[in-house]
Amino acid sequence: MLAEIFSFLYQFADVFAFLILASAGLAIVFGMMGVINMAHGEFIMCGAYVTVGLVNAGFPLIVAQACATIAAALIGVLVEVAIVRKLYKRPLDSLLATWGLSLIVTQGMLLIFGGSMSGPGTPPGSFTVGDYTFSVYRLILFAAAIGVIGFIYLVFMRTKFGVYARATMQNAPIAQALGVRVGRIYALSFGIGAGLAGLCGALYAPTMTLIPTMGATFIVESFVTVVVGGSNVLLGTTPAGVLLAVIRSGLNAWGGQIIGQIGMLIAVILIIRILPEGISSYVARWLSASEKSKS
Amino acid sequence: MRLRNVVVGIAGALSLIGGAIAADPIKVGLLEDVSGDLGLLGKPKLNGSLLAVEEINKAGGIMGRKIELIHLDPQGDNARYQEFARRLVSKDKVDVLIGGITSASREAVRPIMDRTDTLYIYTNQYEGGVCDAGMISNGAVPEQQFSTLIPYMIATYGKKVYTIAADYNFGQISAEWNRKLVKEQGGTVVGEEFIPLGVSQFAQTIQNIQKAKPDWLLTINVGAAQDSFFEQAAAAKLGLPMASSIKIMLGFEHKRFAPPALYRMNAVANWFEELDTPEAEDFKKRWHAKFPKEQYINDMGYNAYVALYQYKMLVEKAKSTKLSDIRKVIATGKACVTAPEGEVCIDPKSQHTSHRMRMVTVDEKHNVKVIKDFGVIQPYWLGEIGCDLTKKNDKKQYTPSELPSK
Repeated sequence: MLAEIFSFLYQFADVFAFLILASAGLAIVFGMMGVINMAHGEFIMCGAYVTVGLVNAGFPLIVAQACATIAAALIGVLVEVAIVRKLYKRPLDSLLATWGLSLIVTQGMLLIFGGSMSGPGTPPGSFTVGDYTFSVYRLILFAAAIGVIGFIYLVFMRTKFGVYARATMQNAPIAQALGVRVGRIYALSFGIGAGLAGLCGALYAPTMTLIPTMGATFIVESFVTVVVGGSNVLLGTTPAGVLLAVIRSGLNAWGGQIIGQIGMLIAVILIIRILPEGISSYVARWLSASEKSKS
Repeated sequence: MRLRNVVVGIAGALSLIGGAIAADPIKVGLLEDVSGDLGLLGKPKLNGSLLAVEEINKAGGIMGRKIELIHLDPQGDNARYQEFARRLVSKDKVDVLIGGITSASREAVRPIMDRTDTLYIYTNQYEGGVCDAGMISNGAVPEQQFSTLIPYMIATYGKKVYTIAADYNFGQISAEWNRKLVKEQGGTVVGEEFIPLGVSQFAQTIQNIQKAKPDWLLTINVGAAQDSFFEQAAAAKLGLPMASSIKIMLGFEHKRFAPPALYRMNAVANWFEELDTPEAEDFKKRWHAKFPKEQYINDMGYNAYVALYQYKMLVEKAKSTKLSDIRKVIATGKACVTAPEGEVCIDPKSQHTSHRMRMVTVDEKHNVKVIKDFGVIQPYWLGEIGCDLTKKNDKKQYTPSELPSK
């Protein structure tokens, strides 16, 4: 019985980690900045490739993962300055431009690095509960997901940069009038988003097959989580991750992966129908209502 | 415009007079994914075709006509397969169409080819059962793979089997074959899980397997994303023996994953790069000379290579590229070529290919060893259930539960 309960919690943690890590970067770029970044998966792929490249060159895994995250963030800043900056007022054009970027990058990687790159293998370590054996690394992924949520909270709620960033997202001209360097804020936010995507790729690189189109396996989950979550990363993405992970891991356990995937997508359709603005708008309204009733 | 017509007319007349000297090339249409989720498996198919075309052209072509290869990359998209097949047939007017990786892509292309007089050659191992006069299959089929593999697994490892399969026609029908053969051997399928293509996370599947406590696993998962299963199962110390009709020789997972992820994987194949007969060694040497960066010569790359030699043999025996003439050659039962694995022949009833089948297993360090040689196995199943293309063109795919009506 204990093993069954632990198994369910482990599965929940596993799906939750996947949803949060896959969507954190997108939540900032799409949720906060309003840029539909179709190249999100390619930032993930970039993180994975840099990680494996560095591991193959002899670096320890954790150093490689840190470097990969930074590399993706720097590339993100470059992409913002070169492409995305000119398209903030033109959402459809930015969608097209980032999609084009995604195609160029996947095909470019295919031409340069070939069909696949062999991975370093998951760091060893497993433990047994009842009849089941579990990989320690999957728990590290869960811890990393919690860490990412904490990081976003600290950066956007507890730093001056966070205040400027939120002010810029709400009303860029006024923020600029008050002396905020809007361009820099946008570039940094996009860079953080890209870096978090890179982190996702870096963390999953040892557990997956590395191919140029590997970002695509994260895309559905990441967009779905962000859309269900709504524009506020903290109030939206995290509860969306919890909700979708409960639905998916429950259905996975009950009826297998197909049922899990179908069930999650149906849940998403229902949630969007009931809460078109996502969970975060509902939570925000509920919070402000409860504050009003207090005063 | 008028001048060009005149020139074309003269050229045409000359080619009639000149015959073989000024012969047009034979156009071979090739549809292989070299990008997308299956790109890394499809690249060797393109390379095998290029190698065969180069060799055949160097040796004088087919009946003195050079081969012109027109390759398009459908990127694993079945709609693109259909679009490109139509284009190759109607615009490029190819003499033969070769290719397709997944069974879904084959079934997307087959109805289009059935409406033409152009031969279609499918070069993958697959779940078997296609009874269609317009198609030649040169890969291995279940009676060559599962009928030998599953009894071995049950005798060696035990009677309880858990299947993980890709959720499309290949996985579904292969799982059906497994159920039938396991039952015949007195075993039980303790669990079956079908996985949508593109899924890469398997923690729940691994737990489901541990709960069902099988003796061994049948892994017919497909694509780079689904192959992540092996890495994740190894990390969770699942440690079960495995069997497959597509691992090792097709997906070279033992080269792509760190050992011991593929330890105790068993497969039956007509080709794998570790095959070390003198003919195979010679073939590998030629391949690696042309493509020094090739990670692994997989069975479908090998089949793609053999397909062009089979086509050459058929056209030269028929003295024509017409489908009806080629089928007369197949009907004689003597449509054989000497391939690197040995002699392979096309069966007149099913238009599938006989193969020399061997069982391989992967050790802890990911070395591949041959553990059994089954000799040449005919593609007998379709003939047994009543498919006879020399008499009737069914244009259908049969499965153990969907047999022809008598």
